[in-house]
Amino acid sequence: MDYEADIMTKTETIPDPMQPRRFRINNVTWETPETFTHELIPIDKGPTFTFEPGQFNMIYLYGVGEIPISISGDPENSSRLFHTTRVVGSVTQRLQHLKPGDTLGIRGPYGKGWPVDEATGKDILIIAGGIGLAPLRPVIYQLLSHREQYGHITLLYGTRSPDKILYYEQLKKWISRFDMLDVKVTVDHASGNWRGHVGVVTRLLSKAMFEPENTAAFVCGPEIMMRFVAMDLKKHKVPENQVYLSMERNFKCGLGFCGHCQLGSYFICKDGPVFTYDTIKSYLSLKEV
Amino acid sequence: MENLEKILLGHPFFKNIEGDYLNLIVGCASNVRFEQDEIIFREGQEADQFYIIREGTVALDLQDPGSGKITIDTLTDGEILGWSWLVPPYYWRFDARATKMTRAISLDGKCLRNKCENDHDLGYELLKRFALIIDQRLQATRLQLLDVYGLRS
Repeated sequence: MDYEADIMTKTETIPDPMQPRRFRINNVTWETPETFTHELIPIDKGPTFTFEPGQFNMIYLYGVGEIPISISGDPENSSRLFHTTRVVGSVTQRLQHLKPGDTLGIRGPYGKGWPVDEATGKDILIIAGGIGLAPLRPVIYQLLSHREQYGHITLLYGTRSPDKILYYEQLKKWISRFDMLDVKVTVDHASGNWRGHVGVVTRLLSKAMFEPENTAAFVCGPEIMMRFVAMDLKKHKVPENQVYLSMERNFKCGLGFCGHCQLGSYFICKDGPVFTYDTIKSYLSLKEV
Repeated sequence: MENLEKILLGHPFFKNIEGDYLNLIVGCASNVRFEQDEIIFREGQEADQFYIIREGTVALDLQDPGSGKITIDTLTDGEILGWSWLVPPYYWRFDARATKMTRAISLDGKCLRNKCENDHDLGYELLKRFALIIDQRLQATRLQLLDVYGLRS
């Protein structure tokens, strides 16, 4: 009886990793015409939600489905959870219509994120493409709140066109903090009154200040963009094991059980999503693994 | 001239170039300045120069009757503007516009073409350097054409 009681107690207290927690939408911000950010607050009695930059959650919309979304908020603010989502599929089509007060299920955080501790003392290059800026925003928050621990910090951000720039107001604030970090933004295509850079994000690399041997590069964006960036970083003599890429695959369980996100010998949800370039470069140009 | 020589020698494009070649190139160089929104050259005009941007930003534009001005590239400090002076029939393919006050070194393409014809070693040296820039721009253009940020169907 004592044994059974003990088991019962343990069953009640150990959270099931597949069990979503309930969160309420506190605010919705449209970042671009097809990208929005949910600000969420937990409404269950679970533990404080903490995460590391680069980790992701599984978002469950009741009766519709579950999708992986990177956490895009400040890791040092555990009272609010932020997810930036682009409308691309059936779940996100429905997510976009949720309003403040609506609830969601969330499992996570999952995965290994950006190695901000290992990057201490180094120059930091943050290179983002399109919505790839979202998983990198927590890194920027963290680096800025421990600014004295790092060398030169540069954010290079490329996106398709001026109307697709993510976190526009926040980028303007970061640009104004030029003593803290150097921000350069470029777009692939521009018309009208755009006075900023036009050209791919790799073109900005030659404008960045960094000491290659002592640099950690955090890269997130479409895989082809990351390949071009990694090759250009190599040309600039940044060691391959100091170039970190965030990979995206079809995550399902988030725990490395189901195998949906397997890449060679890795499960991206568990062993990644952040990998060093030297670890995964051989997989990047393969049609199928 | 001495000042121009120093500026050119300090530019990555002319890194480790032989002194004799530099002297020949300096003879075709001059300082120029463009105000914000000033047109540096227009599509279809004769391409008789190229520019080494010292400070500022230049946009390469294409005028589209349907949608107006489309900017295809921007060039900033330390970059090279223009290689149509090297390629017959020596006409600009795009408009170039200073998007802010821009200081540059202008190199007389006609003058350089003549010097290259008379000294093929100089011509080869310059072409090698331009080939690197053309390769970088070609790779960038390929990535741009892939439209990687667009939604995949």
